[in-house]
Amino acid sequence: MIYVPANMGLLLAAILFLLGLIGVLTRRNVLFILMSLEIMLNAAGLAFVVAGAHWMQADGQVMFIFILTMAAAEVSVGLALILQMHRHHKTVDTNVLNLLKD
Amino acid sequence: MQIIFYIAALVAIVSTAMVITRKNAVHALLYLIVSLLAVSVIFFVMGTPFVAALEVIVYAGAIMILIIFAIMMLNLGQASEKREKEWLKPRTWIGPGILAAILLAELIYTLNSFSPPAHEQAIIDAKDVGMSLFSTYALGVELAAMMLMAGIVGAYHIGHEKQKEYHRYLQKEEEL
Repeated sequence: MIYVPANMGLLLAAILFLLGLIGVLTRRNVLFILMSLEIMLNAAGLAFVVAGAHWMQADGQVMFIFILTMAAAEVSVGLALILQMHRHHKTVDTNVLNLLKD
Repeated sequence: MQIIFYIAALVAIVSTAMVITRKNAVHALLYLIVSLLAVSVIFFVMGTPFVAALEVIVYAGAIMILIIFAIMMLNLGQASEKREKEWLKPRTWIGPGILAAILLAELIYTLNSFSPPAHEQAIIDAKDVGMSLFSTYALGVELAAMMLMAGIVGAYHIGHEKQKEYHRYLQKEEEL
């Protein structure tokens, strides 16, 4: 193993998180939004692991495992919702989902 | 040897940028897998091999396979690619891009003012993680188990198709 400065690790986590955020904000395909959410969750986990490695504690990795669990549950429910959306509206465009508008 | 970290970080950033700009969902997914593998390399380099293995197995293995199945069921073809091209105009992403760049600049500024003392890092292996997970965080493990159960039940309930063919008495009633 090699020494990784905590600054750089946190910076990488921040960049990945912001890229995921841009993806969520700009894409209209619901599948891409789900993928961007995965990127954001992964970046949050990376920040936890970097902090845990910096202070030589296992807690960061424990939090990463919890984030992993949550991401798995979230993606399964999210994909079920996407399939229902495709079945009912025949599209994956989020702008179609405005049934509550009027 | 720090150069390994920087190369992996660069690969992660570039492939993540490709994910959010691709038109084809499968191409984006492949870039996402590359990004996750690069993050896994970073974990390994930082002396957290257990989490690196988990990243490959659970993220790049299980979750990505799930998304591949969803893409195959949605059956998005050439038409959707063309539509994506229409949706991804500079007008739509320039606003969020600028705002995210401002946030990133602030984060860089904050991280520059925070300079932790460089000290030795130790390898934290699976044993330490397991000891912590099942003693300090035992309640969290049980809550995660309940959440996974709720996820299974919820995904089944939302995802299963509604019954199309009813019993003949019920069909008559619907016609009335």
